[in-house]
Formats: sequence, structure tokens, C-alpha cells
Amino acid sequence: MTRVIGGALLGLIAVVPFLPMGGMRQYVLHVLVQIFIWAFIGGAWSLMGRFGLVSLGHGAFLGLGAYTSTLLWNFFGFTPWVGAIVAVAGAALMALVLGYPCFRFQVVGHYFALVTLAVGEVVRLLIIAERDWTGGSLGVTLRPAATDASLAAIQFADKRVFYYGAVGVWLAGLYIWHRIDRSMTRAALEAIGEDETAAASVGIHVTRFKLGITVLSAALTALGGVLYAQYFTYVNPETLAGIGVSLRIVFAVVLGGMYSLPGATVGTALTIALSEYLRVVFGLKLIGMAETIYGLVLVLCIIFLPLGIYGSIRDALRRRAAAVRPAPA
Amino acid sequence: MIDPIFLAEAALNGILLGGVLALLALGLNLIFGVLDVVWIVYVDLVMLCMYAVYFLVASYGWPVWLAGLAAIGLGGLLGVAVHVLIISPILTSAPINQLLATGGLLFFIQSFATFLWTTDHRTVRLTLPIIEVGGMFLSFARLIAFVISILAMIGLYLFLTRTFMGTAIRAVAQDRDAMRLMGANPQRVYIVTSAVGGAMAGLAAALLIIQYSVHPYFGAAFGPLTFMICVLGGLGNMVGAFVASFIMSEIISVGGVVLSTEMGYVIAFVIFIVMMFVKPGGILARRD
Repeated sequence: MTRVIGGALLGLIAVVPFLPMGGMRQYVLHVLVQIFIWAFIGGAWSLMGRFGLVSLGHGAFLGLGAYTSTLLWNFFGFTPWVGAIVAVAGAALMALVLGYPCFRFQVVGHYFALVTLAVGEVVRLLIIAERDWTGGSLGVTLRPAATDASLAAIQFADKRVFYYGAVGVWLAGLYIWHRIDRSMTRAALEAIGEDETAAASVGIHVTRFKLGITVLSAALTALGGVLYAQYFTYVNPETLAGIGVSLRIVFAVVLGGMYSLPGATVGTALTIALSEYLRVVFGLKLIGMAETIYGLVLVLCIIFLPLGIYGSIRDALRRRAAAVRPAPA
Repeated sequence: MIDPIFLAEAALNGILLGGVLALLALGLNLIFGVLDVVWIVYVDLVMLCMYAVYFLVASYGWPVWLAGLAAIGLGGLLGVAVHVLIISPILTSAPINQLLATGGLLFFIQSFATFLWTTDHRTVRLTLPIIEVGGMFLSFARLIAFVISILAMIGLYLFLTRTFMGTAIRAVAQDRDAMRLMGANPQRVYIVTSAVGGAMAGLAAALLIIQYSVHPYFGAAFGPLTFMICVLGGLGNMVGAFVASFIMSEIISVGGVVLSTEMGYVIAFVIFIVMMFVKPGGILARRD
């Protein structure tokens, strides 16, 4: 059943760019690309978030990724393919350097959240401080490639290329999430999330597992940053680093449900669709209204639907199915 | 080479900024530190109270001190509301949920404020004298804030250690369930503490509006710093938070003059991160 629905959705996603939408095509594609990029980043965050490693500083890795590839291209002409590798390696290294002492000294719960929050701010402030390179708060524009469609520069005038690229990256993200979900790593990390000391006492290497998932999460987030920079061809510290974006990532995931595979995607799609809807319907009259609504929905979700929107619906359906079919004795 | 007079002025301004931060940290330290509930939204409550003072003074012509008292009352009410509506349903679930739920509230308040009042910066214009000491300039408004925050800190300290309610608050923080076994009602303690913490937010607002302009992102500007100060000082340790406020403010202020504003903050945040590894119990924690 799930497979059928999943397959149908994938089929739909594959043909969207060719559906007759008249003048709306560019706009629909633009919104969808954003959803896939942010859903990928949200999924990367939830890799660690679901185990109680709540990071409020993923903007740090996002910003690092986006700026690394952009600056390497702008100043040294390195292709973003190389830039992406450097960015991912850089983010992984940063996660390692920060994560090791955090986990070694058992910085957990909201202390961990606060440390990561500080890290996110440090990256944002450093980007602003290094004006000569990064353009400060004004951001920096990606140097345009010589041609309309350049694979070496990852710049394409045709949105459809980015659409399929984003879908591919998003699917890869889901695959990684799924693999972790089915692995022993998940069991180990869940045990650690419940009780670190108990987990250590049965032989789970607490620091190693936590570090591994953090590095993976950071690396994928940086990749998301590179993708974002290539698509928008403009990066800015406020939208890519710091508290604001870090919280946005967290909230979209919590809204959708961080314990289920499509949760991050559902949450991201809902938040982006809501803000786009309000922007289109009310224009500039209701600035701030989208966030107001989703702030409120978020509070309600955490109180009443701790599994998120998707997670709660899935659980309710399962319970119904279980009630119809008598449980095996 | 930087003129030493600039450095001295930066150091002095650092002390005064420290007074502001200490003031912000007071109420948060009571709720986050003593009660161990995470109100990530705390400085945004201060922001709401600042708007209240602003509108009472600018639109209704109230005197500042009266508007300040109203802000303290409003803060208390907001504190109780946050506890009853948001914290109390999830008090027993994972602490990270408190952070996320109040984070949602933060988003709500920030964007609703943007919607209602736009992103304009608003200030209450007070003609307070500027004092000149040996070629350095000091704002009187900051001096008042500084003195009142010291008084409030002493008051809070006495309240926590010398009164029955204060003892009860510390008892709840130690063990929520044991408190119930002793026949006391933790719910009442939570509400009183939230009201006091909220009132502290109102007080901070009244003193901040005469030196800073208020805008919907005020909370984003000071929130993280305030949390870091509470942790750096040692949760629930009023004196520690006070000392931490001045360490952070001096770094920010002097670092801002010597390097750049951003680098001042960067250094302060990096010190916070390192301190979390080296002394997680706070700067005044004894080694155990």
C-alpha cells in the first residue's frame, strides 16, 4: 500500500516539469525546487535531531557550505564540483572539532542546543566581519558562467535541470535516512538518547556514534548549502547562517515529524506552501503573517502532536488498521 | 595604535552594557536556572513589554515610571500565561520539547510583532543628561539601569534564600516529585516563579526602552547572549550570572573597539563554547 502511494508520488514528481501549466510553470518549479532543497537539509538535521541531539546551529554548516563553494568559484574559479567537495569536507571537519569535545564532556540536552546556537552565530558573524571577501550583510552574487547552461559551473538558465538535480539529491537524502533507520546505528543512538551511561555500560561507544551521526548530518547540510547557492546564485548571511535559518530548519522538521522518513519533507512543503500562499494572496499587506501562523501551529503541534503532522497521521492510521485486524496472539 | 581614552571609554561602556545584560539575565536565570524550564522566548517577552512602555508613553502620554510599573505587571501576566498555556502541558516530557514549544512561541511573537508594528525602530525620547568624566561620556540612562539591576539582583537573592516561597522554588527545582510527597503544591510554585520571572522581564523592558530602540527582532539580538550568560554564570547562580554579564560585555565592548563589532561578539561566543567544555558548572563552580 505504502509502496503504491510512494511510487505514484515519485511518478508525479518525475513528470511535473512537463505538465501543462501555462505561465505558471516557472513559478511552480521554483517553489518545488525550494521545497526539495530545504527538505533535504531538514532531513539532514533530523538525522541527529531524532536522537535527542537537537542542534540549533545547522545554519553554521549551511553557511559554510554555501560560502565555500561560492567564494572558491568567484575568486579562484574552482568549479562548484570541487567546491562542493571542499565544503562537505570542511563541514565534516568542523563538526568533528566541535562535536568531539561536546560529546567527550557530555554536553547534552539544552546545553548542546546552546553550544550549537553559539556556533551558528559565530559563523554568521564571521561571514559579516569578513566583508572584503563575503560582501558582509549584503551577501554575494555568484559570478555568472559564460554560457546559459554550464555543467562545469553548475549554472543553468532552465529551471528543469535544477528541479531534477534537487529531486535527485533529495532522494539520496531519503535513502541515507532510510539506511540509518534500518541499521544498528539507530538502535545504538536510540539507547544513547535514552540513557548515555546505560548505553556505555552495555558496550556502546557513545562518543563515536554521536560523532559519526553529527559529521554525516553536517556534511549533508553543507551539501544542501552548496545546492542552495548554485540555484539562487546569491548567498547572504541572514538566510544561510545564524539563528533564524537554524530555527527554521528545526521547526519545519518538528512540524512534519522528525521520527518518520517523509516527515521533514511534509513539514518543509507545508511551511513553504503556506508562506507562498499568503504571499500570493495577500501580497505585502501581511508581512509576517505566515510565520505567525506557523509559529502558532508549531506550539500546538509540540503540545498535542509530538510526533509531528505526518507522524501522527501515520500512527492514527496504523492504530485503525490494528483495530480492524485482530492483533496476532 | 588605539587611543587609551577610547579603550577606557569602551571598558566603561562595557560595564554599563553589563548592567543591561545582568538585568536581562536575572529573570531568565530564575526560570531557566532555578526552575530548570527553558523559555527560549524570554527576551521576546521583554520586547513585548518594551512595546507596551513605548505605546503607553508615546500614544497615551503616561509618565515613564508609571508605564514601567505597568510593564512589570504585564510581564508578570505574560509569564503566568506562558507557563499555564505552554509549559505546564509538556512539563513532564523531554526538556527539549520545552525549548521547541517556546521556540514556536518566539516565532509567533516575533512575526506577529512585525505584522502589527512593522520593523520600525521605536524609542522613548527622554532628555537624560550625559555625564562627562575625564573626557569620557556616559549615559545617565545606562547608569540608572545599572543601579536598579544591582538592587533587583540583591532583592531576588534575598527572596530566594530568605523567604518561604524562595525556599519552595529551590525545592521544586531540586526534585519535582519529592515536593509533592511533602504535601506541597508544585503547580503554585511554578506559577509564582513564572510571574516573578515575567515581572523581571517587565522591569528589564522599562529600563531598556530608555536606552535602546525596540523592534521585533530585539529578542533575536539579545536572546542568545542572555542564555549564554545564565549558563556561563552557572545555572541559578545569581552572582555568577552577574559576573558573567560583565565578562561578556567587556569582551564585546572592548573587542568591538579594538577589532570590530562582529569580532567582539565572535570572541565572546567562542569563549562561551570553550567554557562549556572546560567549566560546564559555570565560572564560579567549585571543582568537585
